[in-house]
Amino acid sequence: MTLLRRAGFWLLVAAILAFALFPFYYAVLSSLRPPARLFEAAWLPEDWSTANYAAVFAGQSFGRNILNSVAVAGSVVAVSMLVGVMAAYALARVRFRGRATLLAAILAVSMFPQVAILSGTFELIRALGLYNRLGGLTISYMVFTLPFTIWVLTMFLRELPRELEEVALIDGAGAWRTLIDVFLPLTAPAMVTTGLLAFIAAWNEFLFALTFTLTDGQRTVPVAIALMSGASQYELPWGSIMAASVVVTVPLIALVLAFQRRIVAGLTAGAVKG
Amino acid sequence: MVERTRTAWLFLAPSLALLALVAAWPLARTVAFGFTDADLGTLQDWRWIGFENYLASYGGRSYGLLLDPVWWRAVSNTLVFTAASVSIETLLGVVIALVLNADFAGRAWVRAAVLVPWAIPTIVSAKMWGWMLNDQFGIVNHALLSLGLIAQPLAWTAEPGLDMASVVMVDVWKTTPFMTLLALAALQIVPREFYEAARMDGAGPVRAFFDITLPVIRPALVVAVVFRALDALRVFDIVYVLTSNSVDTMSMSVFARQQLIDFQDVGYGSAAATLLFVIVALVAALLLTAGRVRLGEGGVLR
Repeated sequence: MTLLRRAGFWLLVAAILAFALFPFYYAVLSSLRPPARLFEAAWLPEDWSTANYAAVFAGQSFGRNILNSVAVAGSVVAVSMLVGVMAAYALARVRFRGRATLLAAILAVSMFPQVAILSGTFELIRALGLYNRLGGLTISYMVFTLPFTIWVLTMFLRELPRELEEVALIDGAGAWRTLIDVFLPLTAPAMVTTGLLAFIAAWNEFLFALTFTLTDGQRTVPVAIALMSGASQYELPWGSIMAASVVVTVPLIALVLAFQRRIVAGLTAGAVKG
Repeated sequence: MVERTRTAWLFLAPSLALLALVAAWPLARTVAFGFTDADLGTLQDWRWIGFENYLASYGGRSYGLLLDPVWWRAVSNTLVFTAASVSIETLLGVVIALVLNADFAGRAWVRAAVLVPWAIPTIVSAKMWGWMLNDQFGIVNHALLSLGLIAQPLAWTAEPGLDMASVVMVDVWKTTPFMTLLALAALQIVPREFYEAARMDGAGPVRAFFDITLPVIRPALVVAVVFRALDALRVFDIVYVLTSNSVDTMSMSVFARQQLIDFQDVGYGSAAATLLFVIVALVAALLLTAGRVRLGEGGVLR
């Protein structure tokens, strides 16, 4: 490579890095500025303060919101994995009539616009007595986590060799035992991937959480951040908003970077945006 | 064999029951609500009004969703948003994937860094950008002012035209990693020997891209574009947080939710939600036919 082309290449890499990282860097920087100096623009940290973080946890129910998000995302992952792996096993390992149609229908559900089922789901959640309760979110989130859990796990289970069932059959194991003893251990890596993607999807969901909860104490993190307001409508508490944003984003970034390989594998197999 | 089939359906039953409950039933109810005058406060108390939410006339004047300029504005906003964001994301995604596919020191780190926007919740990215684009205190205006590129601060999220550009930009930032990943996965199946052969033939890098790389990654890209487009057509979070209920940027989803929840008009809002569903289904059919993709076969979906 000539010098010029090398320089151009590294310039491109630098531009990509700046584009990808600057907004988050700036959020961290803003969250750590003393509230009084927030409105003077700065590119580099000058003086530090944790006042914004203290404000988020002191004045509002943000701690509670985080617990809510953990509870909802955790239960969504548990239910969709348990139910999803059973369905995936049937779809991947048993030949039966209508299998291809069923798989296509399940994939179609994962492309449902959430708004298209908003009023129907609202009515359902009220009828079940789950309005303004976390359980309502867990149930309604199945519409986007379950189809893609089933899809990715099916794609994975399909690749496993046929002999596995034969071994299990010789041992006289039933379908349930075969799934638990033979396939589940082998599926563990795919389960980690789909579990992570389902967790992230549930953690980030906004429309349902905004519509099906009413009080501060029942809100999840995205809704809490979106609705944070100051003394007046025109005076948003940007320092607190940035601090809250950093608090909920850091664990997610850590998770994604730690499981980078698995997540990429899941995304390319499922081709579903989390 | 019969027994295995029965077991299969037994294993499928919980999933199918759940999906019937949270997908099929609510969809059917939404479509039905579209033909009623239901109100959010008294949801049980409704009557059938036929197509009146869509089109009705009283005393010589016609009303209804099909004649509602705000709805059609939302439709065109959504289409503009989808076309702009998906094409920019695809372009950027392929360029970044090509860079990441090259061998250079620190490549793993750059690839990890590129994933960061994808890991950030949509609401948070919209808020982060909302702060950066703030008209009085935002760093973007500060930078442009000190570089002398603009004479006075711009209202990025309020000025007509500019607001849509901001929404598109935030979506591009958030979703380009997804495109990059899919393009990169596709690039890795292009055999290195192909490039050597091309170099022997004296083809430059640009020709090599169009003659060798693009045909190989095309099926995967088409699938990615279809998924992204369907996703962009239902956009809600970014628009709602960045520009709230402004008619200028309002998407179909924002319109439907505003009718349903803010105006409590479940009938009218459900009619809009139904039309949205029909539009998304039509675009899906169109894209899949045009791209000649069979889901479950080509490219990444295998």
